[in-house]
Order: sequence, then C-alpha cells, then structure tokens
Amino acid sequence: MRFVAAKACAGSRARAGALYIGGNSAAPIETPSLMISTLKGLPAFISRDHLGDLPAPDSHLLHVSPIHFLDCPATKTICTIGGLHQMVGLHDHFFIASPRDSLESLPESDGTNKLGASFETPSGRQLVKPSAYMEMITSLMPNLWASMADEVPAWVSDKRNKTSVDRTLRWLDECINLDLEGGKNVLGFVVGGSSIEERKRCATEVAARNVSGFWIGGFGLGESIEERPALLHAVTDSLPEEKLRLVSGLSLPGVDIIQPFLSTEIAA
Amino acid sequence: MVISIIYLSMFFNLFLGTIKGLTNIQLEEIGCQLILGNTYHLALRPGAELIDELGGLHKFMNWKRALLTDSGGFQMVSLLHLADITEQGVTFQSPVDGKPMLLTPEESIQIQNKIGADIIMALDDVVKTTITGPRIEEAMYRTLRWIDRCISETVGTYNWAAHKRPDVQNLFGIVQGGLDPVLRDICVRGLVDRDLPGYIKQYMLKENIREPTILMNILVIMSSMKANLTSYWDSYAIGGLVGGEDKDSFWRVVAQCTASLPEDKPRYVMGVGYPLDIVVCSALGADMYDCVYPTRTARFGTALVPEGILKLKNRAMANDERPIDLTCSCMVCKNYTRAYLHGLVTKDAMGSQLLSYHNLSYMMRLSKNLHTSIVEGRFPEFVRGFLQTQFPRGDVPEWVCNAMEVAGVDISSCCTPLASWHD
Repeated sequence: MRFVAAKACAGSRARAGALYIGGNSAAPIETPSLMISTLKGLPAFISRDHLGDLPAPDSHLLHVSPIHFLDCPATKTICTIGGLHQMVGLHDHFFIASPRDSLESLPESDGTNKLGASFETPSGRQLVKPSAYMEMITSLMPNLWASMADEVPAWVSDKRNKTSVDRTLRWLDECINLDLEGGKNVLGFVVGGSSIEERKRCATEVAARNVSGFWIGGFGLGESIEERPALLHAVTDSLPEEKLRLVSGLSLPGVDIIQPFLSTEIAA
Repeated sequence: MVISIIYLSMFFNLFLGTIKGLTNIQLEEIGCQLILGNTYHLALRPGAELIDELGGLHKFMNWKRALLTDSGGFQMVSLLHLADITEQGVTFQSPVDGKPMLLTPEESIQIQNKIGADIIMALDDVVKTTITGPRIEEAMYRTLRWIDRCISETVGTYNWAAHKRPDVQNLFGIVQGGLDPVLRDICVRGLVDRDLPGYIKQYMLKENIREPTILMNILVIMSSMKANLTSYWDSYAIGGLVGGEDKDSFWRVVAQCTASLPEDKPRYVMGVGYPLDIVVCSALGADMYDCVYPTRTARFGTALVPEGILKLKNRAMANDERPIDLTCSCMVCKNYTRAYLHGLVTKDAMGSQLLSYHNLSYMMRLSKNLHTSIVEGRFPEFVRGFLQTQFPRGDVPEWVCNAMEVAGVDISSCCTPLASWHD
C-alpha cells in the first residue's frame, strides 16, 4: 500500500490524495474516498460476481469488522482457507479492518474494562481482548487494520475519558507486539472524546509510534456537530501530513477515507 | 411407454417483477430461459395497467428471455379469505381494502394480455386433492367451461372473446379432476378436443406460493408453439395435485395424464418440485415444472446436492472447507466453503442469496442432464445413476419403483432385493 497526500485545498484543511492498493489495479484510488461496509466480508447488497460492475478501483475499498467472525468460522479454519480475501472470493479488493461498524458491532463503553473492549453484537454483548482481536487479524490478513480502542460517548466524566485514551494507547502497543508483521499494516487508533486536550494527547502519542496511518474514532457517540470540527482539527494538527487518515462516524475536511455510517441501510 | 420428451424445462417464478435473491444477469448465467410471474401479485403491485403502459413485463423487468404468467386463481385460493367460487368467477376479499372483488376468466386473460408474458394460463377452478366428493367433478367441468370463455368468440348469448393476443401469447389450459382417473380423463379429452399448444398439470402446494420459481429451455417450446397459430389451445397443464395427496396417487395421476395428452405438445406439471419428483415425472413423460423449493429451502440454510440435501446450519459444517458440492461449477461452489456459508445462512441476506444461486444452478443442471441424457439415448442410465447417488443403500421408495415400472425404466439395480418384486 502506498499513500500520497497531494494537493491541499487553499484556505481549508481538505486534501486530495492517491491510494495505491496494488494487485491488478495500477490506477490509484483517489481520496477522499468511502469504504463499502461489509457483513462478514461481503457487501450486504451485492454478491461478488456483481462487484465488478461497480466503478473500479474506487469500489475496491471495503471495510471489514473482525467482530463479525467471533462465532464462526474458527480462526484456525480461516487460516487454512487462506485468509479473508480467499474466503470471500475477493482477491483484488482492499480490506481495511476495524472492530466497530454501524450495524452489528457497536461499541459498548459500559462493558469495556482494562481487559478488553465491549461490543453489542447480534449474539449479545461480547468482550474482546487484544489477544483475541489480533488472532482474528492474523487469520483474516486484511490489507490494513486498526488497533483496538476504548471509544466512549461524549458525556462520560473527564476521568473516564482520560482512561479511554490511556487504554487505547496501551492496546495499540499490545496489538503491534502481537502482530507477526510487527505492525506493518497498522492504523493507530485515536480517541479522546469531547476533550480537545485528550484528543491532542492521544494523537501525538499515536503519531510517535511507527504506524502506516491513523484511524480517527470516537465520533458519532453523542458529541454535537458543532464540536466536531474543533475536535477533529485538534487531532489532524498533531498528525504527520504524509500518512493516511481514516475516520469513522462522520465526514469532515482533513481526512482521506471515510467509513460511512449508513451505507448499508441506504443500500438496503 | 415411449418417453416423448424433446425438451425439459425447469422453471422458477418471479415475485413482483424480480427473482428473490438473483439478478437477471445471474439467471442468464445459470441458464434460465423462462420465468413465471404470479398474475395475482403483479396485478396488485405494480398493477397490470402500469406494466402495460411501460411496455409489458419483459421491458419492465429487463428480461430478454421468456416469461409465463399463471391465471392468478391459485394465489387467491391459497392466500386470501375466499368468499366464493361461482360460475361467474372467483370472488375474494381485496387484500388492499377488504372489499369483495371478482376475478373472472376473461379478466384474468385480459390482465395477462396486459402483462404480456409469452405463455399465459386460463383461470381454472382449483380444488385441493384432499377434498373429496362432487366438488371435484364440479370444478373439472367448470374449468372446461371457463376455458371456453377465454377462447370462444361467442358462447351462448354472451360475447366473451377474451384472449386478445393469440399471435404472441400462448394459452395453456389446465387438466383438473383431483385424484379421480375418470374425471381426469374427461378433462384431458375436453382439452385435447380444443387443440391446445401445451398442457399443464396443476399442482397445489401445501404451503402458499409466495415466491419465485424459474424456467429454462423454453425457447425450444416457444418456437414450436408460435408456429401453431391456428389452434387456440397452446398447451396443456395437469393441475390440482400437490395439495397433500400421497406420492402414490400423485404419480398415478401424472402417468394417466401424460398417457392421454398429445405427445407433440409440452406437458407442464405445476408446483413440482423436489428433484426426485422431477426425475419421476420426466420418466412418465412430463416436460415442464415450476417450484419454489430451491429458493425457499435456501433461506432455511439447506443446499441441494446430488446426494440429496446438505444442511449448512449443521454444526459439522462450521469447519468444513469443501465447497457445497464438489461436482458443481457454479459461482458459489467455485468461491465459497461450507465453513464460510455456515456462518452466513439464516443470519445474513447474502447467505440466502448465495445458497439460492447454488440451488437454482443445481436445478438447472438437473434439467440439463435429464434433457441431454434423453437426447443421447441414455435416460435410464441417468435415472439409475441419480437414484444410486440419492439412495446408496438401495432404499428407493416404493412409489418411485412403481412409477418407474410404468414408465418403462429399469431401476432394479438401484433397489435392495426386498423392494424389487419384479424380475
């Protein structure tokens, strides 16, 4: 994967870029770009034999949540099958993994503790530890993956918010350590809730690690729309310009790839 | 008995203008040639007038191959609070506003004229085979009278002239008569006298038909029917079965009808069905079928395989890395493992879609194999292979043995000695 942040828009933080995902597509994906949501690796609305009808290579960016695979297949089976791309028959597509999605894997901060992050899933509330998460990442082999995070809603106490940043940073280090490739394809997760300070702190700390890019999360969890620009700017101002930035839960200038909140519902 | 099958069709029907779970391109890919549309559902939504205004159902759903519509009668009988069946037609409660509505044979034909399918069906007086008594005889005679109203210029003092497009739409008549061979015979003769292009054996399913089934290989039939412009009767349908009757009665009725219907016109058994039933009916001389089974069973996580069925929800599938069927070359079997599908079926819509795709491919393959084996003169061999795969222990059901005997297909090598009582 190669990302080139190109032209910045004068007078704004917006920037155009090119994402080279390799494989058969020589042409890059132009950013800002959207990821297509998937359920267990397949878009909910279109089977693999029709995916080719969508514009390429822009439609090759897919989001996958490893949490969808908690129940089955077993990680050992996914390994023997040959990983996510082989399992869903999408060898030319570019998968970016992060735990949260808008339908089947919703972060549940009340259940999150020092051991792991909690998610509401169709099979109930699940606590996911970094070790389990990395086992799934290793077997799935997505092209890029976000580290685990403690995403909290905007109304938590300052203390809870600070804890969420500490945990997120600790889990980033843990995930990199557990990664057999040493974090080659990791996207460092940035949180911080509604606090400008915590956002800055988290972003600066994550940027200090050797990551491929950044996953900016913790949005769409109760903060007001007016607050968002300032919070996002606090993050992006602390991140190196040449690296890829993804965001979930919203879309604002200054980011490159967006995880749409409602794409599955709209398509359905 | 000579098996006069020249072409074999397996068809699936569409619901509101689309097949549940498959796109037109996918249908073309698996070899589907003909799709059945439910007139009742289409007339409700989007409505026959709208379809007509937009150029007919082919254009509306962008399907370049063939289409068939049924009369709409069956859905009313099975889906609605039926008020009454009278000589005039079928009165029912409108699902929209609850007001009483009447569907006459003429109106059914007019709606079908608007929808514009290549094959259309006359409204018949449908009765479940589990019903006994004089109602069956009444239904049979009424079916014949209703058919006349569809095709006749004048009947008595009325000017019916219902079917307006006999040059582009082929009208099928339906053989009724329950399980009574005498009544069936009368009905068959009545229809044969009217010289239809083809015949339908109407089956009533135990459950409501609410969903699509798909057709294939109809192009061969279409060309032969279009040539037959002088006769009003385009085809024959064998109806009124698959309503809970046992298999023994079922095959006997099919056998009786195929024996008396003209050999040079297609025989369509509505509502059949399971792969085994299709093989048996084909041996008895039927040509066309429709059923919801492959797509419905897919939504319950069941795949169709040569050995019978494979329940993908089963825990044993969770780590099985094989495709559904090693002998199948459909898109699903080429790309997906049982383990992955196990996680999808019954939980995600994509699971139903993928399984529907495979199941429909299986049915297409079965039809094609039946057709090819007949054309190449090795039909009995194919049947034996099919039965041996499905019943490796030789426990072929007795009704199948009996039917095959009548059909003249020797399957003694497939059955255990006890079951085979003929030399």
